Amino acid sequence: MAKVTVDGIEVEVPNGASVLQAAELAGKEIPRFCYHDRLSVAGNCRMCLVEVEKSPKPVASCAFPVADGMVVKTDSPMVRQARRSVMEFLLINHPLDCPICDQGGECDLQDQSMGYGMDSSRYRESKRAVKDKNLGPLVKTVMTRCIQCTRCVRFAAEIAGVPELGATARGESMEIGTYVERALSSELSGNLIDICPVGALTSKPYAFVARPWELKKIDGIDVFDAVGCNIRIDTRGPEVLRILPRLNEDVNEEWLGDKSRFSVDGLKRRRLDRPWVRKDGKLVEASWQEAFQAVADQIKGRDGARLGAIVGDLCDAESMLALKDLMTALGSANLDCRQDGARLEAGRRDFYLFNTTIAGIEDADAILIIGSNPRREAPVLNARIRKRWLAGGIPIAALGVPADLTYPVQWIGQSPKALTDLRRGTEGFAQAMREAKRPMIIVGQGALRRADGADVLAAAWALAVACGAMSPDWHGFNVLQLAAARVAALDLGFLPGAGGKDVATMLAGGVDVLWLLGADEVDAAAIDPKTFVVYQGHHGDRGAARADVVLPGAAYTEKDGTYVNTEGRVQRSEFAVFPPGDAREDWRILRAFAETLGHRLPYDDLLSLRERMASIAPVFGRVGDLPRRGAVDLTPPAGDPEAVTDAPFQPAVVNYYQTDPISRASATMAACSATYYPALAEAAE
Amino acid sequence: MLSDRDRIFTNLYGMHDWRLAGARARGDWDNTAALLARGRDAIVEEIKASGLRGRGGAGFPTGMKWSFMPKQSDGRPCYLVVNADESEPGTCKDRDIIRHDPHKLIEGCLIASFAMGAHAAYIYIRGEFYNEARHLQAAIDEAYEAGLIGRNACGSGWDFDLYLHRGAGAYICGEETALLESLEGKKGMPRLKPPFPAAVGLYGCPTTVNNVESIAVTPTILRRGAAWFSALGRPKNTGTKVFCISGHVNTPCNVEEELGIPLRELIERYAGGVRGGWDNLLAIIPGGSSVPVLPKEICDTVLMDFDSLREVRSGLGTAAVIVMDKSTDIIKAIARLSHFYKHESCGQCTPCREGTGWMMRVMDRLVEGRAEVEEIDILDQVTRQVEGHTICALGDAAAWPIQGLIRHFRPEIESRIAAFKSRGLQMAAE
Repeated sequence: MAKVTVDGIEVEVPNGASVLQAAELAGKEIPRFCYHDRLSVAGNCRMCLVEVEKSPKPVASCAFPVADGMVVKTDSPMVRQARRSVMEFLLINHPLDCPICDQGGECDLQDQSMGYGMDSSRYRESKRAVKDKNLGPLVKTVMTRCIQCTRCVRFAAEIAGVPELGATARGESMEIGTYVERALSSELSGNLIDICPVGALTSKPYAFVARPWELKKIDGIDVFDAVGCNIRIDTRGPEVLRILPRLNEDVNEEWLGDKSRFSVDGLKRRRLDRPWVRKDGKLVEASWQEAFQAVADQIKGRDGARLGAIVGDLCDAESMLALKDLMTALGSANLDCRQDGARLEAGRRDFYLFNTTIAGIEDADAILIIGSNPRREAPVLNARIRKRWLAGGIPIAALGVPADLTYPVQWIGQSPKALTDLRRGTEGFAQAMREAKRPMIIVGQGALRRADGADVLAAAWALAVACGAMSPDWHGFNVLQLAAARVAALDLGFLPGAGGKDVATMLAGGVDVLWLLGADEVDAAAIDPKTFVVYQGHHGDRGAARADVVLPGAAYTEKDGTYVNTEGRVQRSEFAVFPPGDAREDWRILRAFAETLGHRLPYDDLLSLRERMASIAPVFGRVGDLPRRGAVDLTPPAGDPEAVTDAPFQPAVVNYYQTDPISRASATMAACSATYYPALAEAAE
Repeated sequence: MLSDRDRIFTNLYGMHDWRLAGARARGDWDNTAALLARGRDAIVEEIKASGLRGRGGAGFPTGMKWSFMPKQSDGRPCYLVVNADESEPGTCKDRDIIRHDPHKLIEGCLIASFAMGAHAAYIYIRGEFYNEARHLQAAIDEAYEAGLIGRNACGSGWDFDLYLHRGAGAYICGEETALLESLEGKKGMPRLKPPFPAAVGLYGCPTTVNNVESIAVTPTILRRGAAWFSALGRPKNTGTKVFCISGHVNTPCNVEEELGIPLRELIERYAGGVRGGWDNLLAIIPGGSSVPVLPKEICDTVLMDFDSLREVRSGLGTAAVIVMDKSTDIIKAIARLSHFYKHESCGQCTPCREGTGWMMRVMDRLVEGRAEVEEIDILDQVTRQVEGHTICALGDAAAWPIQGLIRHFRPEIESRIAAFKSRGLQMAAE
């Protein structure tokens, strides 16, 4: 530890810390542009200059290491003069087009110029203009505004792992770009917008839409993957205008995947804003009463065993519990949440959770990925794996379809047969797993959505036990879920009860009335034509197209919802805007419908519903924080590790940009799809 | 005046054979093994005692620089990197050393590497020095063939490899850390210091970067002794130095002389005097384009060494003496340098990236006189806003010539502005 005096305040900081960190510890704010906590230090903007005693020149505090007994001044005349100078230099070639700049109001340069800018310019020459670059459908560039801080270059190279940005030319002519024009091939490219301290990189879809001070900011939880990224929902009036990441060190740090950020326009398109009832083969508009009546007519008097319910990937825990309670009241045990047919085992929580936790990835020292492409299935989690790799090149191997995961991966097989070799130690990577102190195994949905899925799960578990990934203080067995609703559904037991039917049986005519709660990933064409389908959800997607009655629900931004991410972390998203038209919050719809059948669900408000949730699964009582788990019970899941076949793994996500009703409705995501998967787009046409 | 027997670079003018045979005849590679046998510490101490200061411009004591290298390796190799990226306008000393006396440099590389525990050295040569690079490579090949370098160099038991790397023509790559970046294959941009190269240098290993001349003189210092070297020159500014005299002199040349020689004597003795006589002198830039210009009245008496020039607020730099007689448009001359620095700024630090362009544009207007008098002060402030606020010294180098101009030739600038204004008034009247 080193004792440093900052403006007369003595602080103790670890050796190797920077002067800037010491100053922050002393409560002194240091202006900066190029410095960012999560990126390497560039030290080039020179805004963070401070005076260090015995140094004739001001030093860049972001890059200067502390020394014991150092005396730092952050507000001396020398420092103020230096910062004013830097600000003047930054502004001479900056267009000062704040009134038409989307960064206006949340711009570091604008903010700092309030403190260090002059009231007029002494620069009488012509200003520099820089040609804009095309970085694809998401990031808009106005390169004349760029202050060459190189944050974007470092983000792309370090965090996103796609070293596609760089600086060409030198001096005044230095430009940030991709050299050969191309769209950035990262699922995290939207973060460049957040990281850019000026208006050089802004959101293309959000261009000229709103000013930050017009927006109401609501804390939400992302539902586009099972990571449960913390988001901020920015709204104006009845619209959600943009989604930004919110800091959560344990989950997403400060990053957000592009789908989660840019699908926001999908919330306004193809929405179900009123009930529909099928009459003579065509869906016609209806009132709530008519719709409820139509469903009630089908359900009343029918045997509970002929009723079934499937929940989708975006559902909140509240509505799933309400649906379960309704079905139970009607005497049905035909419940399922595994619309993709994944052979998940819900017997114990650690069979379906990402037990190591996302932050725990940083402690792992060997990683084996089975049947998963985390870059497409959970880009933010993938960035965490890359972060771990960057911190100290750990061995990483994977089974499945080879892909660029942004860190070096040894692809050791395409089928689960390799698991057997790994367990027996005949595969080379087994050595690395055994030598590791905290090895991690990640099982993706691609490994479980297959006939032998349960066996693969058991084989992965057996391997984890065999290679020492399970100990009382380290749980190295992980299932990477894809759906935001899945873990909560499993926790609530939204699975076939005693004698209950699963998804495949229900679709194949196993039930007469099928209730789809936001379930759009089931094969709607496979539903028996005689089945009466009730679709409750927010988008006119696959499920609604097949439905006999459509009940308009609320999207994730339109309700107070509880979600459990792949780690098993319970998080709450807040209501941001009202659902459109006659659409309502989903649990309220279910409760109201139950009432028309004469079954009163035992809750009248959100609070009592949540109390009931916590009484069914105590995990719901603990919101936000998640203790690290160890592996205590080594009893394996039911599958047979020896029964795995040599059928190759199939990718769980083919097109990252369009995986669910909201992103399929989004024009931005369609544009991304066309840009990044031209072959897929062509095939669709 | 330096007597011939005290000259180190005896083939500076290329009148003798530059190859190994010729070099041996001049005393190079003479029992180098015995020099190495003195041991690491003794060599460093000898260089320290000689008072040799870095010849690349900054004048940092060479022996002390070597002593910063770790005595005990932590597993990482050490490297010597020789900076032959001689790009400072006016400077051409390293070029002649490499062209005509390459074996002095190669022998120096071996000795210096041994003294800092490096088994490999890199010479980063300016890309434009094509023929020089060929000479140097030929000399390296000769030395390998003769067993002077390579495994068991000179029979000393020390393994030593020497690599030549050609740059691509960026001035900034002469800055030591930018040079290391460039050598590693990256864009030549100076690194943040600390860590200094002696701790984290080339490929993350302890590295010392020295100028060609600093390295090339070390074998002779060891042979003739620190006492001999330190007896030359003035206290704290010891030894000889190759001066490059260019500009408005009758016979521009490179010449090796003692440090501390009066500037006037240097020019009149070796360069045939200023064109049109000493009284026709306007100003001299004494140490390459980066240092402030000196007017005639200072040049009359100033001595050519690090400290004397520092006292008159200029610097020895690379000892490239640029002479300008009264026919020179001094404002235009300095404006040309501003163009150079604007072109060569790497673009990393804000003050240098933006400031060099700003200074250049104001200088361009001052050449015409198309400016206001108060802009001279603004320009002076801008130079001070750049100076000392950047990662490397290029910002300082861009600022100093302008500061020198304003310090010594302000009336010239003001009269230029007044003349421009009166022309404008005349035109308006007509």
